[in-house]
Amino acid sequence: MRLSEHRYRTISSLAGPLLFVEKVFTARIGEVTRVIAPDGREMIGEVLEIADDTILIEVYGETRGLDVEHTTVIFTDSIRKAPLSPDIVGRIFNGSFEPIDGIPMFIPERLTPVTGFPINPSARARPEELIETGFSVIDGLNTLVKGQKLPIFSSSGLPSKEVVAGILKNARLTVSEKGFIVVFAALGQTFHEYSFYMRVLEEMKTGFVAFVNMADKPVMERLLAPRFALTVAEYLAFEKGMDVLVIITDMTNYCDALREISTAREELPGRRGYPGYMYSDLASLYERAGRIRGMEGSVTMLPVVTMPEDDITHPIPDLTGYITEGQIVLSRELHQRNVFPPVDVLPSLSRLMQKGIGEGRTRGDHRKVANYLYKYYAKGRDLRRLEAIVGRDGMTKGDILMLDFADAFEREFVSQGMERRTVGETLDTGLNLTKRFSLEVT
Amino acid sequence: MTGKIRGISGPTVSVDLKGLKLYERVYVGHAMLTGEVVRLEEERAIIQVYEDSRGLGIGEPVVGAGMPLTVRLGPGLLSGMFDGLQRPLRKLKEETGPFITSGREIYALDYLKKWRFFPIKREGDTVSPGEIIGYAEEGQFKHFFASRIDSCRKISRIVEGEFSLDESLGEYEDGSEILGCFEWPVRAARPFKKKFPPTSPLVTGQRSIDFLFPLARGGTAILPGGFGTGKTVLEQAVAKFADVDIVVYVGCGERGNEMAEMIEEFETLKDPWTGRHLMERTILVVNTSNMPVAAREASIYTAVTMAEYYRDMGYHVLFLADSLSRWAEALREISSSLEEMPGEEGYPTYLASRLSGYLERAGVVETLSGGTGSLSMILSVSPPGGDFTEPVTQACLRTTGAFLMLDTSLAHRRHFPAINWFQSYSLYAKDIAGHYREKVAPEWEALQQRCRQLLQEEESLREVAEIVGIEGLQDADRLLMKIAEMIRSEFLSQNSYTEDAFSPPERTLSMIKGILDFHDYASEKLKQGMTLEEVLQREKR
Repeated sequence: MRLSEHRYRTISSLAGPLLFVEKVFTARIGEVTRVIAPDGREMIGEVLEIADDTILIEVYGETRGLDVEHTTVIFTDSIRKAPLSPDIVGRIFNGSFEPIDGIPMFIPERLTPVTGFPINPSARARPEELIETGFSVIDGLNTLVKGQKLPIFSSSGLPSKEVVAGILKNARLTVSEKGFIVVFAALGQTFHEYSFYMRVLEEMKTGFVAFVNMADKPVMERLLAPRFALTVAEYLAFEKGMDVLVIITDMTNYCDALREISTAREELPGRRGYPGYMYSDLASLYERAGRIRGMEGSVTMLPVVTMPEDDITHPIPDLTGYITEGQIVLSRELHQRNVFPPVDVLPSLSRLMQKGIGEGRTRGDHRKVANYLYKYYAKGRDLRRLEAIVGRDGMTKGDILMLDFADAFEREFVSQGMERRTVGETLDTGLNLTKRFSLEVT
Repeated sequence: MTGKIRGISGPTVSVDLKGLKLYERVYVGHAMLTGEVVRLEEERAIIQVYEDSRGLGIGEPVVGAGMPLTVRLGPGLLSGMFDGLQRPLRKLKEETGPFITSGREIYALDYLKKWRFFPIKREGDTVSPGEIIGYAEEGQFKHFFASRIDSCRKISRIVEGEFSLDESLGEYEDGSEILGCFEWPVRAARPFKKKFPPTSPLVTGQRSIDFLFPLARGGTAILPGGFGTGKTVLEQAVAKFADVDIVVYVGCGERGNEMAEMIEEFETLKDPWTGRHLMERTILVVNTSNMPVAAREASIYTAVTMAEYYRDMGYHVLFLADSLSRWAEALREISSSLEEMPGEEGYPTYLASRLSGYLERAGVVETLSGGTGSLSMILSVSPPGGDFTEPVTQACLRTTGAFLMLDTSLAHRRHFPAINWFQSYSLYAKDIAGHYREKVAPEWEALQQRCRQLLQEEESLREVAEIVGIEGLQDADRLLMKIAEMIRSEFLSQNSYTEDAFSPPERTLSMIKGILDFHDYASEKLKQGMTLEEVLQREKR
């Protein structure tokens, strides 16, 4: 505890969002500082690094207009915390946790550090309760369960936001019919995307909390907004017993912000300039999803990742895929053929699916139907390459049947528009397809 | 001896404390976070902190512990679950709730639990270093206690019956105590008498491994694969079914939910070899991706030291780590915060030597007490973008004995385990072929050879078929493709979620024999003038 406020005017250098203060008597890592610009504007900063009495501070806000002589830095002796209260539901904040919906700030019940604490692995409960999204291709073949983190790998121009909107509207727990509280973090979004999402959220009856960092707002806030969102999500889930669905869009903007700050710090760049610790940093967000033994409530995450250059091996989707429990991959080809949702079944995967399906959870034949649909479709897709070389005439009857099946599968099973299907309907659609092509499901 | 924090950068802290030793353990800050000295300069020491350094301030005190980072070794480790610093996670949960906070020291072993001691040596016996003095029963295992490893001593008193770890088991003549547990520095390999080349097989129950790329007890193998290729599922399947006494599994920088799933399974599933609960033979070390990075780096050392401890009792121990890449990344992160000169892709240049030094801790050994124990390692590697030319995979290739390459395109076809049969290899195949020949079947190697050849031929036929269409092939070739497909889809792929998850060598043999016998039979029929369709029809009936 410090007895008085520590104010400094000993700034030695300024670069982008970074600021060095010298001759500092005491400071701690992660300590919140207030930065006061010469014109009286106040911003929040955070201590990143300490080397003797020189302190490196990262400033959340517009650093334009700061100077070396007159800018003041005040050390607050506390780390970054999020205010929490049940009143938070229904509110919209910016990336610095200031209300932007015109209503005054709520009175917090308490304050919690935004970086959170890792869940003790022995306290985790296995995710196994199905979340019905209403989309056949997800529920049937890449089932989402409570406590899972399942990213949507999209490419620019693909309707990822419509897919997310569909899930938001239709997602429910099969066992209880209960809805979700949605915590929404928009990072670097354009106004067009933002207004689309807000319309969807307002139509939902279950309630939401939104953190919005628009494309023209400070980049640093992109690093903070998801942490606020997850702190709120953990609070609602593990203290208030709610099932929380966290949507973060777009993680690519988050990673770019991370790269920006890393290069400003003159750190060694890793692949494509992203910092070497990006895996750990992303994990500190994604791993906050989960369920805890003996507690109600859950945090489920659906982050959206836009793959730069449609490349799934780009560091952002690559590292994300290594942390998350599967991925839903959208395909440009299917989108062009007017398939919605344009989910490519082959590279998509839900690692926690096995535990969420079957007798007592969905239906006894779920695993079998899913396996066969996948197998036949994969076969059909494989044959398309052959068809391109030898032409349809050069192929056997059996092969042509498979090709037709793959087409029908995309048209009727994957493509469904905004219509909602229950898991039962999904499985029946699949079974009917196989029957029509007289394919075995045994 | 107390110093003060002068600087903090990520997981490294510099302090103005003199008299520390390199790799000495230190306690950092008011929260008493665990750290290790990684560099000494004239006036200051650089410390790597193993816990979350958030909230740490300049001027906070730092104290040296006077010894290196250690693990506690003694009865009660089996079925335990620890973090990278060997803190017991279940006990931690009881004390601090479901979230992990920093700065808690909880001992790995339960010092109050009563064990029953059965002495083997008597009063007046002289014991050589590391000789067995007695044992306690730890579940299904005899937990052997060895004498001190420094010199020969004479026992002046030895107890029998109940004891707890805070009591002594007797004394030596020179006045030193016989203890039931002790501490051992994690970065030092445990001593043994002699090392032998691996000659006996490590049966995993995975057909593609046991048949095509067999592993050996005391050997090392890596499992590299991009995401979604089933590294974790395969590692866990091997952990469940491998023919060894004890399994040490490290979740190094991986997913928490997967660990939760694994723990629940291990608590309910039975070991197919002994019929006991799997957890009874397992030690878990878990440092998930969101737990502190430096502790992730330490976790594989913590785990391997415990594995060596059981090896020294004469057990066959299997060590699995998922994933080694996360360890290497932790090393890179620490290295860059120390501002070391980076090597390839930012990894420190000592990556390869650290790795090879580590992998050398595997092996079949004659223990100090004269028994034979083995430590085998299977390590998964997560190459970025699925590109095997990256430094971690390459460094491993030079020192490990088996390379089980997981193939993304196989995984997309849902062929699991997605082990690529052209690229993978095992250097142990020759050494242990004799065992399979004698114990399972004399024709084992011949079958292996034929199976490989079929897969090769299928590959070249497939290229032809792409051009002329499958109809354009001769019946014998189409049959070969059919057989190869049977080998791939029925024999080499194995569903981890069904009964088939574990395939003992006998079943592996009868399956491949069945397929190859059918090939012989069908070829014969083709020669007699039947068409392929007729042969297949008949087979169906």
